[in-house]
Amino acid sequence: MSAPATVSPRRWRRPPVIATPWLRWVAVAGVIAYLAFAVVDLEFDYARFVRGVPRGVDMVVSMFPPDFSRWDLLLGGLLESLQMAFFATAIGVVVSIPIAVGAAANVAPKWLYAVCRGYIGVSRTFPEVLIAIFFVKAFGFGAFAGVLTLVIASTGFVGKLLAEEIEAIDPGQVEAMRATGAGPLGVLLFGVAPQVMPRYIGLVIYRLDINLRESTILGIVGAGGIGAVLYNSFARYEYDFSLAILLAIIAVVLVAEWFSGFVRARTK
Amino acid sequence: MSTMIREGAAPMPRPWHRYSARERLARFAAWLVAVAVIAWSATTLDIYWPFVLDAPEQVADLAGRMVPPDWPFFLQIIDPMVETLNIATLGTILGAVLSVPVALMAAQNTTPNQTTLWLARVIVVGSRSVNELVWALIFAVVFGPGATAGMVAIGVSSVGFISKLIAEGIEEIDDGQVDAINATGAGRGQVLIYGVLPQVMPTIIGVLTFRWDINIRQSSIIGLVGAGGIGITLSNQMDSFAWDNVSVILIAIFAVVMASEWVSAALRRRVT
Amino acid sequence: MLEIDNLTKTYADGLQALRGCSLTVPGAEVVAVIGPSGAGKSTFIRCINRLVTPTGGSIRLDGTELTALGERGLRGVRRHIGMIFQEYNLIERLTVMENVLAGRLGAVSFMQALLRRFPQADVDRAFELLARVGLEGYENSRADALSGGQRQRVGIARALMQEPRLLLVDEPTSSLDPKVARSILALICELASELGIPALINIHDVGLALRFARRVIGLSAGEIVFDGAPAEVDEAALSRIYGADDWRDAFRQEGEEDRHVAGEGMAS
Repeated sequence: MSAPATVSPRRWRRPPVIATPWLRWVAVAGVIAYLAFAVVDLEFDYARFVRGVPRGVDMVVSMFPPDFSRWDLLLGGLLESLQMAFFATAIGVVVSIPIAVGAAANVAPKWLYAVCRGYIGVSRTFPEVLIAIFFVKAFGFGAFAGVLTLVIASTGFVGKLLAEEIEAIDPGQVEAMRATGAGPLGVLLFGVAPQVMPRYIGLVIYRLDINLRESTILGIVGAGGIGAVLYNSFARYEYDFSLAILLAIIAVVLVAEWFSGFVRARTK
Repeated sequence: MSTMIREGAAPMPRPWHRYSARERLARFAAWLVAVAVIAWSATTLDIYWPFVLDAPEQVADLAGRMVPPDWPFFLQIIDPMVETLNIATLGTILGAVLSVPVALMAAQNTTPNQTTLWLARVIVVGSRSVNELVWALIFAVVFGPGATAGMVAIGVSSVGFISKLIAEGIEEIDDGQVDAINATGAGRGQVLIYGVLPQVMPTIIGVLTFRWDINIRQSSIIGLVGAGGIGITLSNQMDSFAWDNVSVILIAIFAVVMASEWVSAALRRRVT
Repeated sequence: MLEIDNLTKTYADGLQALRGCSLTVPGAEVVAVIGPSGAGKSTFIRCINRLVTPTGGSIRLDGTELTALGERGLRGVRRHIGMIFQEYNLIERLTVMENVLAGRLGAVSFMQALLRRFPQADVDRAFELLARVGLEGYENSRADALSGGQRQRVGIARALMQEPRLLLVDEPTSSLDPKVARSILALICELASELGIPALINIHDVGLALRFARRVIGLSAGEIVFDGAPAEVDEAALSRIYGADDWRDAFRQEGEEDRHVAGEGMAS
């Protein structure tokens, strides 16, 4: 393979992601400027950061060994979290059904669709903790605010995903039901429900998993459960107790995740 | 049609059940357990029921105090909102950087050995199982209240999510492309950047923009435990019962979260 | 000069892919390896650059023993062995030029590879090779935008970029239509003789093998059962390689062994 003698070497550079040069430079400059601004705006105090490192080490050291001596307090909080999660899931997933039906474009009238989609949008946008603190202010401290939070979050979550499932059903089966002369409820029960049932069960279990997680922290803002115990242990610098609580929470989260995976694998 | 039905059928009437006896028993047991758990939860929960009956009234009252929103207050929340965005962005970047070694160790096909695989799994589980708010609580103690604690909390709590999903992406790559790079005599690092990285790139960008979206939500609440951002302002306004200001904050959070969701989805669509 | 002596390979699940294969390729010659699916063709060729680690036996390339090499030594030898794959194995999301330059990875630093700053001499040679395989002007196309035949041409250019002393070619045409397959095979043989290097080509299409190869190796159940010139491949030889019955059908199917081969690749 004798090379034809080229006049000048042909350079090669990887084609840039943004082809237009000025646009590329504006984008690069913009990103750098923003990041610089963000770091400055954060008022990142290096000295404080350095001071924090030994404090972090101290904290970790004082966490060990975890202190399970007040297990009654821990267990009480944990049980309350579990109860909140179970109760809220039960209510939430039932309430989700009419919301999902209303938010499915292929079965709901336009006005109902708009209302249900609006509700789902709002309830999904705000983080659980934000909703919780709002209810705590409205109803005072305790599990009720937590349950209500989880119910709202569950309806937004299950409602949206179930609505998408309903929108994706096979219209032929619905038509077949209509052809038998079934009314709207009959169509929902025999034409729609069987098609979305596996997905619904999966969503219920998935949401239970999320609710179990969330129920362990809502107490930090006063909405019941083990979070309050955890927050207090931090406030009193009882880090060994904090670690015990954290380990208990991690255990609950892992069991919930395992259970959720197990059930979803079985119902497929 | 009728012959088909008769074929092999016993002459006696055949009962029809959707599930076998064993399945029915299992389903019945599952229902029983579920109902029992819910009943136990509902009855033993420490809920003061008069409050519950009162609830609609309370909410209506609160809502009444929230409208009309005190619009001029918006000018005062621009700074904390910007701080919230910065915490989310820098926290995501921090999380991404910390995730590089963790993701490589957490993927079966790139982890150096079994010890690193397990170490990575412990990190992933720890980061994911401990809530953002708890990380914020911890780092607010370590670094003192403020945005630095928030950024580190967001970063650390993102590591598990980012590493897990990217590790799954690494495990799904086409081994053939890696073989081809190995066959050229490339070193380990070169195989990673030339054979693995381009294949995982869409996953990385998808996961990072998705996590950034989640982090915007999270960074709006970590201020409630003192870790910077709009949460601090929200907490202050609630404590002083300035509900018309609270509604401005909620509207601002709503708008930013919606916008970030849109941006993150748009970014994901562009990457193929 | 490639000398293979008593090469054996047993996979972790007990599959004996190679049972003592010996072969000497003295100089520049195109050797076709034929045999039924599962005969061990892919394993055989991949043992040579150790994408699959042999269980026993010896492989010497120009006097260097390959089976005993450590990681660094292996890399050094792989630099001089070009490989062309059935599924092309291009980095799909990179440009044609990046894929061709990948052939130089053994010779450049990590940073050069990361920033795609290859020496100008390499870029020049890559342009030459692209022209030689008929892909002039395609350097900035993404690999996944090319047709099968074009991709294989990039694969060939990548292998030649290594300035190989030996070409390993694994079913280069199975994923291509017959006309493109012929032109690809012709190109590979032409380039091998231009460069004066031996090429070992796995191929299931006996017709193509007889047409292009100077020597044919027949592999059956992990053993070399035929070694001779294309003219010597008669019905008797074919039934020895493919089994007595219906050998015409036998070499239409492929793939049993791929699963094993793919499993081992990542480890090295």
